[in-house]
Amino acid sequence: MSVMHLTKDNFDSITSSGLVLVDFWATWCGPCRMQAPILEEFDKQMEGRVKVCKLDVDDNPAIAQRFGVMSIPTLIAFKDGKQISKEVGVTSCEELMLMFG
Amino acid sequence: MDNKFDILIIGAGPAGISAALTARNRGKSVGVIANPPETSKLYLAESVTNYPGISGSGKDILLAMRSQLEQSGAEIISGRALSVMPIGKTVGVAVGNDFYEASAVIIAAGISRNPICSGETQFVGRGVSYCATCDGMLYRGKTVAVIGDSAEAEHDKSFLRGIGCEVIEFSGKEKFDIKGGMKADTLVADGREYKTDCIFILKDTLAPGSLVSGIDSERGIIKTDSSGKTNIKGIFAAGDCTGAPYQIAKAVGEGNVAALAACEYINNIEKEI
Repeated sequence: MSVMHLTKDNFDSITSSGLVLVDFWATWCGPCRMQAPILEEFDKQMEGRVKVCKLDVDDNPAIAQRFGVMSIPTLIAFKDGKQISKEVGVTSCEELMLMFG
Repeated sequence: MDNKFDILIIGAGPAGISAALTARNRGKSVGVIANPPETSKLYLAESVTNYPGISGSGKDILLAMRSQLEQSGAEIISGRALSVMPIGKTVGVAVGNDFYEASAVIIAAGISRNPICSGETQFVGRGVSYCATCDGMLYRGKTVAVIGDSAEAEHDKSFLRGIGCEVIEFSGKEKFDIKGGMKADTLVADGREYKTDCIFILKDTLAPGSLVSGIDSERGIIKTDSSGKTNIKGIFAAGDCTGAPYQIAKAVGEGNVAALAACEYINNIEKEI
């Protein structure tokens, strides 16, 4: 698996089924760049059990607004399209696992 | 510029500088994240008379230490550290829009001011932000309050205006309250209410809990063992951020001890590989 980049066109179809983690980020944000290698590590450890995705809030402001993203990075865990948890700020691999219970 | 170091030190006061000099002496590559000297508490001290071998104004002593740091071969990174987090075998540090990595991090950031009001902690990430360059773009064309009057804060205010924000300025000396529901929407300053989309609180130093998620601290003081180790692997702390006495001699001593512990830590992980 690898980290998938979402856009407004595929966001709903990708998040609608299974466990999905979305990292709301932007290129100009230092903490977001720090989140990136953590996300890759998490993806590796999950071995496909969780779809790991990123959404650029600059390119997709409407989706960021829909989920009330007011600070980045924001990480949201989805189960079958429903938001199950949300973390604001750089989040460690262990904390990401806890987001899925 | 290389973004990877053996040791990253957050803060360039006496503790951070002492740690940097020791780590350089041990042959480690060192990055020091530094605010301008004028923001240091020591810079304002009129006279220092209890530090062996050198006396004078705090400003003179700090500038002498800084010039020694500049000659040590440590790389000085201007800016404010926003977030520190272990990433596998290394530790990542976000500074403004940049990201650095090191095998060990020493926090020598001094003490931070307490939250400006009770609402600050409650609304962080929901209409309250510590980083204008990080979150500013989410508030393009909106009304924002900026609290802080440092040089860095001035820079951030012009950045926010540049992206079309209407900026309401506060020096930080006002008496504040933050109100809102799901998100903060009103800043009360000295009894007057201001409607805001985001409140940017720009401090020189973040509280340890905001800087490093999960660090063991109490009332803004980081807990360490006698070698400067915190509860998080690869993260050490020295100087005022570990508690009183707030003295140069104590800070310099702790910086030295933490740097030695960090060097030993790095040598041990290198052996494991």
